[in-house]
Amino acid sequence: MSGGVDSSVVAGLLQRRGQRIVGLTMQLWNQRRLPELVPEGGATGRCCSLDDVYDARHVAQHLGIPYYVVNFEAGFEEQVVKPFIDDYLAGRTPIPCTLCNNFIKFDQFLDLASGVGASRIATGHYARIGFDDASGRYQMSRGADHSKDQTYFLFGLKQEQLARTDFPLGAFTKPEVRALARELGLPVAAKPDSQEICFVPNGDYAAFIDAYFRERGIAPEKTSGEIRDTQGRVLGEHAGVHHFTIGQRRGLRVAAGEPLYVIATEPASQRVIVGRGEDLLRATLSAKDMNWISIAPINQSIRARVKIRNKHVAADATVTPIGNDATRVEVHFDEPQRAITPGQAAVFYDEDLVLGGGWIE
Amino acid sequence: MARRETGALLGCEPKELVFTSGGTEADNLAIFGSVQANSAQHKHVITTAIEHPAVLNPCRELERTGAAVTYIRPGSDGLIDPADIRGALRPETLLVSVMHANNETGTLQPIAEIAEIVHEAGALMHSDGVQAAGKIPVDVQALGVDLYSISGHKFYAPKGIGALYVKNGTKLRPIQFGGKHERERRPGTENVPSAVAMGKAAEIARGALGIEKARLERLRDRLETGILARVPDSGVNGRGLAGRGTSRTPNTTNIYFDGLEGEALVISLDLKGFAVSSGSACSSGAVEPSHVLLAMRLAPERARASLRFSLGASNNEEQVDALIDAVAESAAQLRKLSPTYASA
Repeated sequence: MSGGVDSSVVAGLLQRRGQRIVGLTMQLWNQRRLPELVPEGGATGRCCSLDDVYDARHVAQHLGIPYYVVNFEAGFEEQVVKPFIDDYLAGRTPIPCTLCNNFIKFDQFLDLASGVGASRIATGHYARIGFDDASGRYQMSRGADHSKDQTYFLFGLKQEQLARTDFPLGAFTKPEVRALARELGLPVAAKPDSQEICFVPNGDYAAFIDAYFRERGIAPEKTSGEIRDTQGRVLGEHAGVHHFTIGQRRGLRVAAGEPLYVIATEPASQRVIVGRGEDLLRATLSAKDMNWISIAPINQSIRARVKIRNKHVAADATVTPIGNDATRVEVHFDEPQRAITPGQAAVFYDEDLVLGGGWIE
Repeated sequence: MARRETGALLGCEPKELVFTSGGTEADNLAIFGSVQANSAQHKHVITTAIEHPAVLNPCRELERTGAAVTYIRPGSDGLIDPADIRGALRPETLLVSVMHANNETGTLQPIAEIAEIVHEAGALMHSDGVQAAGKIPVDVQALGVDLYSISGHKFYAPKGIGALYVKNGTKLRPIQFGGKHERERRPGTENVPSAVAMGKAAEIARGALGIEKARLERLRDRLETGILARVPDSGVNGRGLAGRGTSRTPNTTNIYFDGLEGEALVISLDLKGFAVSSGSACSSGAVEPSHVLLAMRLAPERARASLRFSLGASNNEEQVDALIDAVAESAAQLRKLSPTYASA
């Protein structure tokens, strides 16, 4: 229970169905850390804030269910925050939500839930889980509300995790969930949706990384360097490769006759390469650490719709296994796609069904 | 009446007591009140790393405002070595604050011995007695302290009332300002109903002290023996070595369960109807590893795998036996799922 509308409605729905439930809030990040990131008047989109915990506890009291806050700060820092920083410094654009799902929520948290006697966990994700008798596999599909669908962040879930997980909101649209919240009389029914990466105030991840290094007393490796165009001409200077992600247009501070975009970041040479919009188009990508969900690992090419970032509209492609075990694949899009970004995920769909996904190399 | 009975619990005169809103205010008054009553040359304070936040945080605040504070660490048995206090004393040391009984382990500190050393050096001795008063016999004269904090609800007075013992002649400046109440040491209209209740609670606690202490000790020992017999790889923190155990309050025990998360065990037991605690709650209610156990140099994993059990007047043998069963069942269940625990 995050203290938001979605997980609060989950608790209310399960209780209405007569399930015995325990409310848990994960404390993931100590908000007293990195105080310089919080502007006067407070930040938006902060996770684990006292207000959110207060809201979650208030909902639990309203429903009359046992409620606890559990501390996963150490695991979150090791498994989510540090890899997030490492990825940016290495010129990749990470997805901390997926790491949190893979290593905290559906791993350590699931274990804790089992340990205290819970047979299943339920979360407020917009996604659906079903069991396919023919293949004997748990399958995942997009939530009924495609605009809220969160399967892109859930591609790492394994069969044994899906077997013990419920997504009660998968069948609802967000307006329906808000209506349910009002119907259940939940005190958070009118609370605004949360946005951004939960532990990064105001979405300023570069400032977060700089502040984290200051706090740890670590001098960050020098990541500033040149901005060059695709012909190798030096156009300017930048303050660090971690300030840039592929496809980014703002913050380049380079004068040019046409709009320039980040085409690539090269951490080894500390260079940021910029070019025109069409330079961002690519027809192929390779993905690693594949997890197959709704189908068994493939041993031949398949057709799928592939999504390369959360807000991307999945595009038709052919997916071909590299090697025998399908832990790596090559994706060939029918039409070139804009800004394929290392560190993001490639998630494969057949209509609503989530076939699997991996990390873009 | 309230002052006389509360004083009788501590072995002091009624006029040596200042009523406060609780233990935290008593500690703050002792620390800031004595530091501010003395000259600027005496700005060194000694305390321990295992104090309650009501002492630790005022000390951190002192540091922020220019005073020096030394934090003494205990041995692995949880005891502060008086020799370490002696070694930390400086000519400018003004105050030494060492808790009487630790809130997480129940370990009793050698206050009388420390007070003697402190007075030889010309400093003041404060002790946070919140966990001791009402549970063990307390005599502030015999302890030799100048300042001693208590909290009423720890001996069944209502929450929101406490007191600071201030030995006759001890210089103390108020930390809030107003009228001349409490001999000009704590302005504000007295909380008479709560003070009366604390007086009555003190009277009852003092009357039952001998019997209740022995009864709780038997229950505590039954709990420890039962858990240690039923749960492998468990043990008592802060009990000292076999044969030369530390003195403890009768109601508290702190037990580690290697290979599991104390937080999960707390939840599991709470769902079975037993309220125990692990570490210290941070502001959200999540649990942080106990600073007391870490200061005793327990490995962080063991500190996280430790639980505090507190017994009280309403507990009996039947409940203790049910708790032992619940702990054994929950620990076994959690260890079955623990990636770090492999039973021998």
